[in-house]
Parts: sequence; structure tokens; C-alpha cells
Amino acid sequence: MTELLPEPAPLPVKRRPECPFDPPEELVKLRENYPVSRLAYPDGHIGWLVANHALVRAALADPRLSSRYEFMHHPFARLDEVELPPVPPGYFITLDPPEHTRYRRLLTGKFTVRRMNLLTSRIEQITTDYLDAMERHGPPVDLLQAYAYPIPALTVCELLGVPDAELDLFQRLVSVSARDTPIDQVIAALTAARDYIRELVAAKRANPTDDLLSDLTTTNLTQEELEGVATLVLVAGLDSTANMISLGFLALLSHPEQLAALRADPGIAESAVEELLRYLTVVHTLARAPLDDLEIGGHQIKAGETIALAVNAANRDPAHFAEPDTLDLKRRSTGHMAFGHGIHQCLGQQLARIEMRAAIRALVTRFPSLRLAVPLEELQFRDGVMCGTNQLPVTWG
Amino acid sequence: MRLRADRERCCGSGMCALTAPRLFDQDEETGLVVLLDPAPPPGDHEAARLAILACPSGAITESEPT
Repeated sequence: MTELLPEPAPLPVKRRPECPFDPPEELVKLRENYPVSRLAYPDGHIGWLVANHALVRAALADPRLSSRYEFMHHPFARLDEVELPPVPPGYFITLDPPEHTRYRRLLTGKFTVRRMNLLTSRIEQITTDYLDAMERHGPPVDLLQAYAYPIPALTVCELLGVPDAELDLFQRLVSVSARDTPIDQVIAALTAARDYIRELVAAKRANPTDDLLSDLTTTNLTQEELEGVATLVLVAGLDSTANMISLGFLALLSHPEQLAALRADPGIAESAVEELLRYLTVVHTLARAPLDDLEIGGHQIKAGETIALAVNAANRDPAHFAEPDTLDLKRRSTGHMAFGHGIHQCLGQQLARIEMRAAIRALVTRFPSLRLAVPLEELQFRDGVMCGTNQLPVTWG
Repeated sequence: MRLRADRERCCGSGMCALTAPRLFDQDEETGLVVLLDPAPPPGDHEAARLAILACPSGAITESEPT
């Protein structure tokens, strides 16, 4: 099949201010008219964009597509402006089988549904502590800094085994990614976090305690590999969960009838979180690198031509979800790809679910009058790798 | 309906245990799929199909489609 495609264009990222939760309009048009199209990457590379549910799902499950960053061009400008610190060994999100399998399988037993469910009461305690602190502080507060970031940060620190005394320092290091921080500061923070993780791994190797990192020191992973794994667990669980908590709440505020339904029956938190994951898809675009020539949706794709996968457009595909642009907390959202799909699907997703359910449930029940302290239109949405806002000022009472 | 679960393909996401806990579990040590009921009763067929849909690695299949 040869089909005339539109000229290559950059990835559409601009959302309509009046409807910030929806994928960009141009992206939706591509999904409907050209689900496979040419994409102009910021570094000049001409690759591809895949935008509907069936093709994104197939691509993410395709073993011919590599996840190695060094074979890819980045669909986002910012990542290309500077040289990021090199990826440590053990950072297996960017590895292919069999290396990927070796690392991932050391961890899959630690993130099971059952184990994560056991953390529920501890995470509920964390949410209560931060809501208490919010109440003591009084309105207004920035929900990101006061609630959405601390919950995943503290959870992941406890999981990894960051000592209590070092939590403050550690949270300061990681919270830099919470804002639209200048890239040099992000790199400085990343470097500092990496130095910290190096020392933490060394400490756990010398004196193992009861935590994930200590458990891993009994495997055959080297110091460097342990650092890579720990870094991945940390960065993967922080921004994504925090933005889901904050945007999830924002989406509920914008849909008062849905918010009321959740307040009336917090028991729907499970389906509510799945639907918010689908509806918001904060990690909106993934990328893969074909190692050989292949065909996708009738188009011949050459080895080395990066393929961007618009998960956000796929999760709003009417071919898979009825009335996809409607937020319906009681719907069955099975098949959404907010955590990705294929062998790289988020390892920590069951933990993220527990955190999001606890955080959103507690937030809406504890402060019934919680609302934005500024008009929705004044919020600054980020259009980078992760969907989110720079701040989320809220008030109550 | 007959179900199969392939531990070689499994990536331990836990989606089957989350979606259809009567039919699937995860191994305590490895986190990989444990098939609890390879021949689920009709009342569980829909849950089984949802688990197949939710599985990211194609580890769960229907060996005798109904």
C-alpha cells in the first residue's frame, strides 16, 4: 500500500487551554486519518508516529522494536538540547531481552499485586500525615509540593530503604524534577541523586537492612548495576505517580458529577483510578527503534527510523473505548496503555495503583470543599515527557 | 474455555492477578503467572478474556476458544 502522507511535522504537544486533559487536536486528527505518519524529530531525523490503539499496542508488543535509547531519536526537544549523564548499567528500561529479562526478573517478585496490597495501610498513613500537615498549614497550598510529590517520594524511599534521617535530603534532591526547572539544575540534581544512590548502595552492601535494595545486594548484581536499578525504581515511580495524583484530582474538580460519585462511594476508587489513568495518560508518548525493516499499518519502515507511539491518542481511540473523551469513573478501562504495554510495561504499576487510590480517596473525602485557588486557565501545563502542571494551588474551607 | 499461561513470556506485571484473581495468581518469589484454573466456569469467562486483553506480554492465551 502506498498512501500519500502529510509532510513530516513535529510531534503535536499543545493542548487546548479550555480542555487541557485531551490530547492535542492535531494528534487526534492524525489518529483518525493517518494512524501511521512521518514525524519530524527535533534533531532533524525523519521518523514515524503511530497513533491508534491497535497499532500502538502491536508495536509495544513487537520484539523487533528495540527499547535502547542509543538507537533512538527523541521526539522531545528538551532531551536533545544537552548531554544527559550516561545511563548506568542495570537501568533496564532501555535494554532489550535477554539483558532486560535478567534484571526485570530480579524485581518482579518484589512488586506483585499481593505484596503491594500489603503496603496499603502504610500508604494510607502517609496520606493522612500529609493531609494533617496541609490542615495545620492552612489554605492555600500547592498540592504538588504538599501532597502529590511527598507520597510517592516517601513510598519509594521506604521501599528502597533510604534511612529516615536522610529522607529530607533525598526528597530535596528528587523534588527538583517537580517543576519546570532549568535543565542544568535538573542535571545537577540528577548527578547529586546518583552520587547519593552510589553511597546508599555501598551502605546496603556493607550493612543490609530489610528493604528492596538490601535484598538485591544478595543477587549477583554489581555495585554499578545496583545503582542503575535503584535509579530506575526511583525515577520511574516519582514524577509519574505525582502527576497522576495532582492531575487526577484536577480532572475530578473539572467533572463535579464524577467527583460527587467518588465521594459518595469511595469503593469505586479502583475503577476510578484505572479510568483516570486512561483519561489522563500522563506518560503520553513512548518511542521504539526498529532493528530491521518492517511494516506497520501498511507502511514500510526502515531499520533505524525511530517510531514514536502516541499512547495518549491510543487511550482515547473510539475503536477501543466507547465515548473515549468522556471521563466515566465506573467504566471498565481494561486495555488502556497508561503503563505502557509489552515486556516493558511498568514494573511498579501495582504500587502506583495503591498510591493513587489511597491518595485520591483520602484527598476527596478529607477536604470536601477542596478547590483550585486560581482559575483553571491560569495553570501552567507542561508539555514535556510527562504531562502535568508546574503548580497546583488549592484552597478549602 | 481452556486457558494457558506461559511463564517464559510472562513479564510479571500482575495484570492477570489484578483483573481475574480467581483464575490467576503470581508466584511469591518470582512474581510470574500462576494459573489457578485452566478450565474456568462460564461465569469467569469474561474475566479470563479481560485478563488476556490486559496481559502485556501475551503470556495468557485461550487454547480452545469457545
